Parts: sequence; structure tokens; C-alpha cells
Amino acid sequence: MAVNAPATPAAQPRHALRIRRHQWGSVFWSAARTPRGMVGLGLASFVVLVAIIGPFVAPNSPDALVTLAFGKPSGQFLLGGDFLGRDVLSRVLNGGWVLLIMAVCATFLGIIGGAAAGVSAAYLRGISDGIIMRTVDVILSFPQLVFALLLLSLLGPKLWLITLAVGVSHAPQVARVLRSATLDLSERDFVKAAELQGMRPAKVMWKEILPNLVSPLTVEAGLRLTYSIVIMAGLAFLGFGAPPPNANWGTMINENRDGLSLNPWAVIVPALLIALLTIGTNSFTDAFARVAIGVDRRPEEAALIDNLGQEVSK
Amino acid sequence: MSEPEGAAVPGLRSEATIRLKVTGLEVRLGRSGPDVVRDVSFAVSAGAVLGLVGESGSGKTTVALALLGHARRGLRITAGQVLLDGMDLLALSPRDLRAARGARVSYVPQDPSSALNPTLRVGTQIREVLRVHAETMGDAGDRVAEVMREVSLDPTPELLRRYPHQLSGGQQQRVALAMAFACRPSVIVLDEPTTGLDVSTQRHVLETVRGLCHSYGVAAVYVSHDLAVVSGLVSDVAVMYAGRVVEIGSTARLFGEPVHPYTRGLIGAVPSPEHAEVLTGIDGQQPRPGHRGAGCSFAARCDYVIAGCDTQAPELVTAAGRSVRCLRATDIQIAPSRRMPLKPGPAVTAGEPAMSVHEVSASYGSTRVLSGVNLEVPPGTCVAVVGESGSGKTTLARCMAGLHSNWTGEITFQGTPLARGARQREKDVLRRVQYIFQNPYTSLNPRKTIGQIIDQQLKQFTDLSQRDRSARVLRVLEHVSLGTDFLSNYPDQLSGGERQRVAIARALVVEPELLICDEVTSALDVSVQAIIVELLRRIQQERQLAMIFITHNLALVRSIAQSAVVLRQGTVAESGQVEQILDHPADPYTQRLIEDVPKLSRR
Repeated sequence: MAVNAPATPAAQPRHALRIRRHQWGSVFWSAARTPRGMVGLGLASFVVLVAIIGPFVAPNSPDALVTLAFGKPSGQFLLGGDFLGRDVLSRVLNGGWVLLIMAVCATFLGIIGGAAAGVSAAYLRGISDGIIMRTVDVILSFPQLVFALLLLSLLGPKLWLITLAVGVSHAPQVARVLRSATLDLSERDFVKAAELQGMRPAKVMWKEILPNLVSPLTVEAGLRLTYSIVIMAGLAFLGFGAPPPNANWGTMINENRDGLSLNPWAVIVPALLIALLTIGTNSFTDAFARVAIGVDRRPEEAALIDNLGQEVSK
Repeated sequence: MSEPEGAAVPGLRSEATIRLKVTGLEVRLGRSGPDVVRDVSFAVSAGAVLGLVGESGSGKTTVALALLGHARRGLRITAGQVLLDGMDLLALSPRDLRAARGARVSYVPQDPSSALNPTLRVGTQIREVLRVHAETMGDAGDRVAEVMREVSLDPTPELLRRYPHQLSGGQQQRVALAMAFACRPSVIVLDEPTTGLDVSTQRHVLETVRGLCHSYGVAAVYVSHDLAVVSGLVSDVAVMYAGRVVEIGSTARLFGEPVHPYTRGLIGAVPSPEHAEVLTGIDGQQPRPGHRGAGCSFAARCDYVIAGCDTQAPELVTAAGRSVRCLRATDIQIAPSRRMPLKPGPAVTAGEPAMSVHEVSASYGSTRVLSGVNLEVPPGTCVAVVGESGSGKTTLARCMAGLHSNWTGEITFQGTPLARGARQREKDVLRRVQYIFQNPYTSLNPRKTIGQIIDQQLKQFTDLSQRDRSARVLRVLEHVSLGTDFLSNYPDQLSGGERQRVAIARALVVEPELLICDEVTSALDVSVQAIIVELLRRIQQERQLAMIFITHNLALVRSIAQSAVVLRQGTVAESGQVEQILDHPADPYTQRLIEDVPKLSRR
């Protein structure tokens, strides 16, 4: 890498000081190569592709009344009609991307808020810990869906508010997980070494502790993404979603369940897509966690790691 | 495979007394992976103790577990015999093997606090062993009392009802010993059973082990990295390196006149409590399983290396009354390894003390750890702070560094009183007082490169440009004998000794005036310890640094410090010049400590 650099002695180290190791990418790919990860990534990518490409390939407008209410599938309308006689296929193809974007945003919000709360509670201890964790306990005492509903009924059903509500409802759980991971880390000597350099607490958390939390953070993000999808779909089913006539997988299940016996596809297909997506993200997260922790490593490698562990404990 | 009997193991009298005989033992990673241990053969007769020594990663624990027919996860015993009174343990069915373990061959683990079940009372715990092997013993209750007396524990009902956490470390290890001896096994395997114990407790446990083996005709295998401990206990020694036995023979011959260059190196690295000598370590690192080349695995670190060493794997040959695995076994001249005497350091320069501690008391919560400690570090001098675990020496170091802030009294640095915690101290004070942590495995951030770790120190404390910082990082790495190749490595790619050198480099790069070293070698092998101590001594002399060297190992003190302070339960038992304290200790506690330090007896 430093081949083209001028041959002054200072050139090489300056480069070396900046080098980064992209090891989380390699964990990602080795997770994708495990059977569990392959299936998970495959399922999730399929659903994501449907949601992204869908609007461009939909045969009809999602809002146009083109067929009979609960019309049976036919050559022209592959999945039949919904309760108003709109094309189910076109509505399925159009109804995914909003849900996905909202789920991803809510997950990010939850992870960022939760990580900030959890890491600072664990590192700062004392009063901050007490205040943050008691707040977390209060929020955790509500079921997550109920908490999101509570927020929405107070704030009103706007899309960004739904995203915010779901994100906030994730934060406490993320905070709990990251707090326990940080408690262990903040007792390590390298954190003390940074304190002896007179580093400010915020910088210690950001520069020293956070890079060591990448593994739990990624796992938590995958898990929360799964929950976000489920909760968003659930809220849409309950009527808190994109307002009609917008297509949305969750709303579609609700709208079309009266005609379940007439055209079951109008319910089954959106439900199936949500199920595939959650199963996919969940399995892949699981595979990632296993690779990161070393459960899926081959036994020989595990033995070597055990040996190293022994050296460490001495 | 050549068998290390007869002349090779002089302790043996006849075939009949051999209780344990191991031949051609091989352990691999998986069924066909690289070998972890290969060609291990030895024999132990009744009442004798064989010492199995080597650095971490040499395969000694793997061999010890194989003696019980066990292999750790991922490992597999692929060849060899473990003959127990003539019966091959490795050929037994799982059921028979279970019956043999505990009854005929037993194991004493390294850390008794995690080996004993915390939810079982001591009495129940020992009785359990007897119950599992019901056929071997008569009345369990009587036997529990008997075996406890054998390990010098008083079998009062009160003690039997205690839980492991209510016992001291020494008592816990005695309980583990009692469990191992309970069924009167013919072979007992001890895996570094005294590593976590204080010198005095260690000596008593060792005496118990020796006595028991002798009086019951038990053959023992004692695994240890501490040559000094082994030399006083065992009759024969097997030195392991990279999964092979490189030298095996009687303790007196092996330690008195080592033949294998590795054995010589190890002995040269053991600090002596009696003489001030320059310690010589062994540079480099042991090859891991799968990375051991065709030739001798020690060739890369060997001072006596010749042309054939890296291509031709040496066989075990008999030389000078022991078996040695070295091509030059017969042509290397046998000479006791000698070390250079240490030149006395500069006379204590008068002037304002670099650091002085006045009446410092410290506590953790409501537990008082230090009370009224006084200490003075003259400029340009190294002061050793010694004491057993729990004596408060680490707490004292942390108070001085500002890592522990719950203390009273006064600590001054170059005449200025220091604030309690690091947060309240000025940046310049933090820079001038540097602290090196005990465990190099946790003191370096695993997500940063070595370059970043050292550079960060400069970024925090100086306003230098990136070019100047780079130059200083390079210079300091050279100073601690690490190449610049290490710059872009992560800590997990380095060995323990290399990591500790990085930690030292991180402290030195900001040009401190006082260095606090907290047990900096206790997580390292002896050969590495020697290198680190020698490095610190050299730097201290060159830079005229004031240094505080905290250690539990009295033997190290002479090699590095000019004066010493002995701590006992949070108070200063004795302080003064090193020679005075080690040669003419006034305090009975110091006298006992010095007496109990295991010494490398060359007999």
C-alpha cells in the first residue's frame, strides 16, 4: 500500500497511523456463508427487492378501481381484487417501501438513543445511571406495542411520528443490553489508561468504548429491525399507518380480512411478505451473532482461541 | 520412539516401581489437524514427582489432561499410551475411564476458587468424590476427616460446613488436594496448583504435596511455569517446548548443567533473590501448532543454531545423563549458565524526592486497605514495593496515579501536593507521572493499532504536528526494541511480552519523570519477564527516571530496584536499601517472606 509513497522515513508511519481494519465486513460475509445466514439474507433480500422494484413493475395503478371487489385471481389480475376492486398485485408491489424505510429509520433512532443512554449509564455510574435506568424500567413496564400506541394517540398518526414512536419504544431495550456490555468494558485497563490521559468522559465513550461494542450493536440492530417491521405492520393493521388510499402491507391485511373466503390472496400475500422479511432479518442477525461470538467457528479454531484465552487469564 | 528410562531417568529403580508410563503421546487439533503435542514419553515411579515445565503454549497442560484421558474441546488424542500401573488409560471404554478418574488418577486444577463448586459445603464436596467411587473406600465420614488431616486442615464440623468462598486461597487449594487424594490414587496430576497463592502458602502446599506423595507411594506430575518452584519439589524434570519434550532428566543434573539451549535460556531468565544479576530472557516467540516447521522449533530463537537445525528435526538422544532433543546435544559444552553481575546503579542523588507519600490511608467502600503509609521516591531511583496479595500494594499505586480517589493523607509529586483523582489533576502532572498496567492483555484497546495507541498519548498531551508525532512514535518503538512493522498491527496480533513493550512505549513517549509499574511482569512468562525487567532497568538508568516497581516477587527486586518498601496488610512493615532488606531483614514478616521465596536450587 505504501509502495507509491515517497521514500521518506516519515511517510510510512504516517500512513500506518491512519490504517483501519475492515474486520466487521469479513464477519458479515462469513455469516452470509453459513446456511442460516444464507437463508436469512436470501429471504430478506427477496422481500427488499420486491419492495424497491415493485412500484416500477406494477401492472396497474395501486389506487385504480379496475376489477370486482374481492374478485378471484385471473390472467389479467394475478392476485385478484381487494375490498374496493383494486388490483392486489399492484398494491402489494407498491405497499412495501414505505414500511421498510420507516422500519429502518425507527431502528436507527432506537439504536442511537438506546446506545447513548446505555453506554453513558454504565460508564458514568452514580446519579446518571440511576436516572437513565429507572426511566428505562418505567418504559419497559409497558408492552412495546402498547407504548407505541400510547405515544401515537397522544401525538397523532403522522408517518414520522409513527417512526419516532417505534424508535423510542426500542431505546430502553437497546439501552439495557449495551449497559451490561459497557459495564464490563469500562473496567478494562485501556479505559483507565485513557482516563489517565485526561480524556473527557464523552470522548472516552466515543473513542475507546464504542468501537468495542460493534458486535453487540450490530446484533441488536438486526433484532430491532425485525421488531420494527412487526410493530409497524401491527400499527398499520390497527389503523395507524399511511392513510388511505395508500397501499401498505399491514393495512391491506386489515382492509381485506372481511373477504378472506372470497379472495384469500389479498391477505395471505402481504402477511407472507412480512413473515419472510422478519424471518430473514432475524436468521441473518442470528448467524452474524454466532460468527461474531465464535459459536459457528470450526472446533479447531475454537480450541486455538481457548488456548489464547488461557494465556490471557494467567 | 526412544524411551527415557534407565540412565535418562535416574530416579527409577526397577520396572516394578513405575506407576505411570507415557509413550509416544500425540494430541492434534481435530482428527488430522496440526499436532499440539507430539512424541511425549516419560515415566514416573512411586513416590516421585515429575516436573513438567515450559512457557505458556508449550503444551504442558494438554499433556497433563491427556494423562487423565481428556482432551480439551477441538483437541484429540491421536496416538500413544498412558500406562497406569501397566493399564492403558487411553484404551479404556468411557465407562471404565470414568471409574478410573478420581479413583486411580486424579487432578488438582490451577485455580481452586473456580474448581470447587460454590454451592456445596466443603465436607459434602470431599464426600462426593468418595461416594462416586464407593467401592474404593470404607466409611466415608472417617475418610473425609483422615484426608483433611493429611492435607493439614483441621476437620472440625465447623470447617466442614463452610462454603468454598469462606476459605482462604490456601485452604481452598488444600480442599482440592484432599479431594484428589481422597481415593488414594496411584497417580496425581497437579496443574500449577500454587500459581495464585502467596509464597508462604505456596511453600506449605508444596510441602504437603511432597509429603503425601512420598508416604503413600503416589506418582505425581507437577505442571508449572515456575522453575524455582519445581526445582525444590520434584525429583525429575521434563522441559517442554512447542509441544515436545526437549530435555528430560534428574532435577539436579538438568538445573545444574542444562544442555538444551532452551533449558539454558529458561534458567538464565529466573531471577535470583540472592544475587544482583542482569537477567537474560529468550527473544522471540514459540511457534503455534501448525506453524512449526520441519526442523527444530527452537531454531529461530536459539543462540547455538547451526546449518542443519531448521531442516532436520532432532530426535531425543542421551547426553550427559539425560535425554535431550537437540542436534548439538553432545557437542555443546556443558557449563552452568552464568549471568553478568549487575553493576550498582548510580548513588541516590540528593534533592527533592520525585514522589513522597505521607500518612496515606485508603479504603474501598468501608474496607480499609491502606493505613498510614509513608514512602519516598528519591529522584533517579527505583523503589520496589513488595507484599503479598491483599497487602495494598496495587491500591497504593492506584492512589499515586489517581485511579483510586478514596484516600486521605498527602501525596506530593516534586514537592507539589497531588489531587485525589486523575480528573482533578493538571494535564502536565498526568503526563509526567505515567502508569503501566499489570495486564497487557487488557491495557491496550483491541480496536486500535499499535501506532494509534501510542500516537493517541501524544495527541492528548502535546500539540505536535503529525510528522513530529510519527517521528517520536518510531523512536520510542525502537527504544523498547519493537520494530516499526508493529505500527499497523492490532494488539491481538502481538504476544504478551510485545504488548507489554507497547504499554511501556506508550508511557515513555511523553517523556515522563516518574514511572509507576504495577506488577508489570506477573502476566508474562519467565523468559519474557526477564526481557521486560531488563528493558525497564536499562530505561530507568539511561533516562535517570524515578520509578516505582510494584511486585509480589521478591526475587525480582534485586534486579531492578535500589530501595524497597515491604507492605503488610496495608501498613509498611519495613523499608530501606535493597541489600539491607534482603540480606538483613529486621522485621519478622520480611524474614518469613524472604525465607519462603522459592529458589532455583541447583543442588
